[in-house]
Amino acid sequence: METLSALLHGFSVALTPYNLMWSAIGVTLGTAIGVLPGIGPALTVALLLPVTYNLDPTSAFIMFAGIFYGAMYGGSTTSILLNTPGESASIVTALDGHAMARKGRGAQALATAAIGSFVAGTIATVALTFVAPLMVRVALAFGPAEYFALMVLALTTVTAVLGDSLPRGLASLFFGLALGLVGIDLQTGQARFALGIPELLDGIDVVVVAVGLFAVGETLYNAARHRFEPEEMYDLKGSKWMSREDWSRSWKPWLRGTLIGFPIGALPAGGSEIPTFLSYLTEKRLSRHPEEFGHGAIEAVAGPEAANNASAAGVLAPLLSLGLPTSATAAIMLAAFQQYGLQPGPLLFDNNSTLVWGLIASLYIGNVLLLVLNLPMAGVWVKLLAIPRPWLYAGILIFATMGAYTLNNNLVDLVILWVIGLIGFGMRVLDVPVAPCIVGLILGPMAEQQFRRALAISQGDLSVFVTHPISLALLLIGLLLILVPMLLRRRRAAQLPA
Amino acid sequence: MTLINRRQFSVLAAGAVATLTAGASPLLANEVKGLEFLAPSAPGSGYDQLARTMQAVLQEKHLASGVQVQNVAGGGGTVGLSQFITSRKRAPSILVFGFALMGGIITTKSAVTLDQVVPLARLMGEANVIVVPATSDIKTLADLVAKLKANPQAVSWAGGSIGGIDHVMVGLIAKAVGVDPTKVNYVVHAGGGEVLASTLGGHATVGISGFEEFRSQIEAGKLRALAISSGERMPGVDVPTLKEGGVDLAIMNWRGLAVHASTPEEERKALAGMIAAMVKTEEWKAALKKRGWLDTYLPPAEFAAFLKQEQVRVATALKDVGLSQ
Repeated sequence: METLSALLHGFSVALTPYNLMWSAIGVTLGTAIGVLPGIGPALTVALLLPVTYNLDPTSAFIMFAGIFYGAMYGGSTTSILLNTPGESASIVTALDGHAMARKGRGAQALATAAIGSFVAGTIATVALTFVAPLMVRVALAFGPAEYFALMVLALTTVTAVLGDSLPRGLASLFFGLALGLVGIDLQTGQARFALGIPELLDGIDVVVVAVGLFAVGETLYNAARHRFEPEEMYDLKGSKWMSREDWSRSWKPWLRGTLIGFPIGALPAGGSEIPTFLSYLTEKRLSRHPEEFGHGAIEAVAGPEAANNASAAGVLAPLLSLGLPTSATAAIMLAAFQQYGLQPGPLLFDNNSTLVWGLIASLYIGNVLLLVLNLPMAGVWVKLLAIPRPWLYAGILIFATMGAYTLNNNLVDLVILWVIGLIGFGMRVLDVPVAPCIVGLILGPMAEQQFRRALAISQGDLSVFVTHPISLALLLIGLLLILVPMLLRRRRAAQLPA
Repeated sequence: MTLINRRQFSVLAAGAVATLTAGASPLLANEVKGLEFLAPSAPGSGYDQLARTMQAVLQEKHLASGVQVQNVAGGGGTVGLSQFITSRKRAPSILVFGFALMGGIITTKSAVTLDQVVPLARLMGEANVIVVPATSDIKTLADLVAKLKANPQAVSWAGGSIGGIDHVMVGLIAKAVGVDPTKVNYVVHAGGGEVLASTLGGHATVGISGFEEFRSQIEAGKLRALAISSGERMPGVDVPTLKEGGVDLAIMNWRGLAVHASTPEEERKALAGMIAAMVKTEEWKAALKKRGWLDTYLPPAEFAAFLKQEQVRVATALKDVGLSQ
């Protein structure tokens, strides 16, 4: 009850015309930067900090929260339409989202992403309102051993994207794992495969690789085949609204995505990519149309998009209640708190309740604003696909190149983008799936760090992974996810000849 | 880069309008025009925050105009440093750097070093603090030292990047109490947030990070602060120093500024004067206080001398922990 009255007070703060304006500015700006690859919410908030110096902290944070949520919405747009994920959280969306767009179902993909983001964002905000302290306690129970188990579980996602040929899928996975090794090893400070290039010391950016494989590689491949295929527009086919079937295939993934995204977002080292992987895997395993995955299954857009928005809300739980930043954007928001002389943590809710509850209330409002902003936009965005193919291809390549450059203002990234792009082209020609490579690149380094941290703390005792209950449970789930489909397949195979 | 600069320009324009409308202080004749700060790290990082704080104060007090902040992240700051050293500067430009970059140069065996720039000023310092969860059986620094002496491997230290201030400090503590620094079980985490989580959750034995990162948890009683790394106690903070706890060591995470070696004497003096004027303003002091930064200002000559000593101390410490030869 106390929470409810505090929340109502928060709404009275957030619903003043002045703060509504800041929320609207935030979500619009957030959507815009989400659409532009390379410019993320973290950079935007950092650049805005000096400007907001004289602004009332509550209004400033309402705007920042709008940017944060808005970027999560906007990120899906380029993934779906141009196969160019702007940030790592929307890489999974590109897999089936872009396939849908190529089938003329871009509007439905954008719609299920927007509505799913709204549903997930709202439910996760409710969770943030009522169970944040509980969530944080669970999050703290995660140590290196538990994280490693979670990474292993997420790695089983790879089984859902391996494609038809096991050797090809594994080759792609190992290529990704190898790319992940480049850079300074955090635990020992030694450079690995950096070839003496200082820019490589920080490793290869996941977004650069994803854009290289997806946008550059795919586009080159399509362009190479252009002469042999009749010109065909990717334009909208049929209605631009979601059909009854789309709705019925979307709502469960939205809810499951939320359920996966929020708690993992609240984990200090959970990241926003892992929930999208796990959601994709879950949907493929539960779907009645697993064969459609990779070729434009709407569940594969609905689930991961819900998951990444829910994880965005999850990130705020440890930030507000512990002062614990779990993502780059959260780290900047923490810096912003300090600029205003505020100390996030257990005492923030008591000392600055107007700000905290105003901020939380603004999240509800921001979600509504984002839906209102994005749903009608879906119809406009898909018009992009009506551009004749040669122009569209050229546009995608320019857009991808620009995005990779603005990421770190670094020429080396451009070289990496195009080398990876050419490799992606080769992989496409040889029919090697690219998704396992991305999964390996993201999870490999994270899993390695957590594994070594766990062993350092346990002084080399490997049993920590099975003696910690959470870790053991996660590993068992992972094992089941691999074994059960294999057993089912065997049983089906045994039944068939009869 | 153009994109960011254009964005920054609009940001600056907005800031300039704000200061003009506020416009109480008179324009100074010797205002530095078109100043550029290079922060060799990502937006929001320590260097970046320092640069942007200076940007705000310098413009508000009309000590400089058209101030820009450029971020060049990577390689522990060495990518930014090499860009600073190799690029030709049209406008006055200042490198923001600190302890982390100094350590990064040694650990990455960087081709560019701080010998290629001229120190301008040390601006601030942050004390580190050693914490344990409130439920830990380690009550004092003496308890921790006893445990470390009994079995160095059994004490896991959660801290920031390898070769950084946290790591160097752990190495120096071990050496000071007579434990082999290479035996220390230092567990690297990506940033203060992860260190906080690992310590609060009781996964690592002790946590080590900047005081501000742990402050709210210490005040809320969730973490117990064993010792603070500064030579003297911090004002208003009831945490003993390392020395009080029986470890003869004082170390601070400092940040400062440097200019290009080719900067003309005249310009160098003007910039040093600008900084000297800045650190005296109320706005600067207020900004330091808000962020929990300690005022450790040193003018060019003193800073250069300090830097020489510090480089030797850190290089030795890194050798002791087995990071460099």
